Amino acid sequence: MMAKRVGMEVSVAIGEAAKMANVDVVAAYPITPQTHIVEHLAELVADGELDAEYIPVESEHSAMSACLGSSAAGARTFTATAGQGLELMHEVLYVASSMRLPIVMTVANRALSAPLSVWGDHSDAMAVRDTGWIQLFTENGQEVVDNVLCAFRIAEDQRVLLPVMVHLDGFHLSHMIEPILLPEVEAVKRFIPPLKYPFPLDPLKPVSMGDFGPPFIYSEAKWAQEVKLREAKDVVVECWQEFGKQFQRHYSPVEEYRSEGADVLLLTMGSYSETAAAAIDKVRAEGKNIGLVRLRLWRPFPFAELRQKVSQARVLIVLDRALSIGGPVGPVCSEIRSALYGQAKQPKVVSIVGGLGGRDISVAGFEAIISRGIKVAEKGSRNEFEIFGVRE
Amino acid sequence: MPKKGENELTWRDLEIGGIVTEPGNASQYQTGDWRSQKPTYDFDRCIKCGLCQLFCPEGCVEPNSDGHFEADLYYCKGCGICARECWTKVITMVEEEG
Ligand code: SF4
Ligand code: SF4
Repeated sequence: MMAKRVGMEVSVAIGEAAKMANVDVVAAYPITPQTHIVEHLAELVADGELDAEYIPVESEHSAMSACLGSSAAGARTFTATAGQGLELMHEVLYVASSMRLPIVMTVANRALSAPLSVWGDHSDAMAVRDTGWIQLFTENGQEVVDNVLCAFRIAEDQRVLLPVMVHLDGFHLSHMIEPILLPEVEAVKRFIPPLKYPFPLDPLKPVSMGDFGPPFIYSEAKWAQEVKLREAKDVVVECWQEFGKQFQRHYSPVEEYRSEGADVLLLTMGSYSETAAAAIDKVRAEGKNIGLVRLRLWRPFPFAELRQKVSQARVLIVLDRALSIGGPVGPVCSEIRSALYGQAKQPKVVSIVGGLGGRDISVAGFEAIISRGIKVAEKGSRNEFEIFGVRE
Repeated sequence: MPKKGENELTWRDLEIGGIVTEPGNASQYQTGDWRSQKPTYDFDRCIKCGLCQLFCPEGCVEPNSDGHFEADLYYCKGCGICARECWTKVITMVEEEG
C-alpha cells in the first residue's frame, strides 16, 4: 500500500496521525479550536479502530495529570488542547518535562481572555515557553501530520525522553480541509519504534517519581533538564533528516524562503508564513531584495541556525502573534534580539506584532508590514514595537 | 545513585527525571540541620515512659543503651514537642551554637 492523498480536516488528520502512531492512552478535555482532534480520537476508540484507553477527564489540569500517570506507566500518550485549556494545564506541564515523560500534545493556538476570544494567535504558546517542553511550529496540515509523527519519535528517543508540543494555528489550520498525504501505517511503524521508557511504574520494580528536591539538589535537577533539552536539538534534526529520507518531506529548525543574500528579512512562525511567502514573491517581483525566514523549532531555541541565517541581512522584521505586555518587544523578537546580541555582524531587528485574536494578515498586509519595518529600521519609531493595523 | 555526600552530587548522578530507584533513601536526608534548638536531657528524672517518642513528629526518638529515650540529632528538627510533653521535665531545649 502506498501513502494516500486525502482531503481532510487538519484536526481529523491529527487524530489519524495519532492512530498511525498507535497511541495507548489519550486523556483530553475538549476546547475550541482543538475539539475536533480529540473528538475524532474518541470516535476511533469507540469504533474499535484504535486500541487505546480514552480518558474523558473533567478539566485540562486533569488531562495532563492523567497523561503523567499513563506516560510514567510506559504507555504512549497523546493529548491536545488550546488557549485557556493550555493555561489550566500550566503547572502540570512543568511536571511532565521535569519528570522526563515523553508525552505528545498538539496545541491549536488560541488567544487568551480577556476579551474572550476563541480565535487564533500565539499567546497560549508564549505563556508556556519556559515549561521545558520541546516545541515545534507548523504551517499547514501536512506539516502538522508529519510533525506529530516526528514528535513521538523525538519524545521517546532514549537520548531525549521529553514531552513535545506541536503548535498549529487555531482555525487557520485546525479547521481547514486540506489535501494531506497520509503515510502508510507500516512505514510509520518502522519510523516510530516501540516506546521503551526506562523506569515504567511497575509494582515488581518500584520507583518514586516526582520526589521532593531539597535545596541541595534542586539546582542540579534543573540543570540536568536544561542540558537534556539543549542536547535534544541534535535528535530533532536527526529525526527530521530521517523523516526526509523515508517520506521525502524535509524540515529544519530555521527554514528559509528566497532569503539567500537578502537585504531585508521577515521572520514568521506558524501558518501565516505561507501568506508571508506570497508577499515575498510580490515584492521580489518588484525587484526588492527581501526574503523570509520561518522559525520551526521554538524549543530548544536554535541559536546557531538562526544566527547563521539572519546575521548577514541589514534589516530583520520579526512578526509576533503575541504580546509581552509591559515588556520589551514581542516575545519572539525579544528572544531573537538576545540571540543576536554581541554578534559581530547583525541586522537591525524590528518588532511588529500582528494577527492577534484571529485577525487576518493578507498578502497586502504583509507587504505593508515589510515597508513599515524597513521605515522603522531606517528612521526609528516612537514605540518599542508596533501592532500592525491597530486603530490608535 | 552513587554513594556521595548530598553536597557532592552533580546533575550527572541523578536518574532520569530525578527518579528514585532505591526505596527508603530518605533516611540519608539530614533534617537535623534545620534545627535552631536542640533537646538536652536530665536523665535522672526519666521514668522511661516513651511519651516523648510517641509525640516526636520526626520519629527520631529511641531508647539509648541505658533505656532512656533520646533524640537522634541527625534527624531532630528541634521543634520542642518532646520537651513540652515530658511530664517529669527531663528535656530542656537549648539554642544551637553557631
Ligand atoms: S517523656 Fe520524659 S520521662 Fe518519658 S521517656 Fe521521654 S524523657 Fe523520659
Ligand atoms: S525536638 Fe522535636 S524533633 Fe527533636 S526529638 Fe523532640 S520532638 Fe522530636
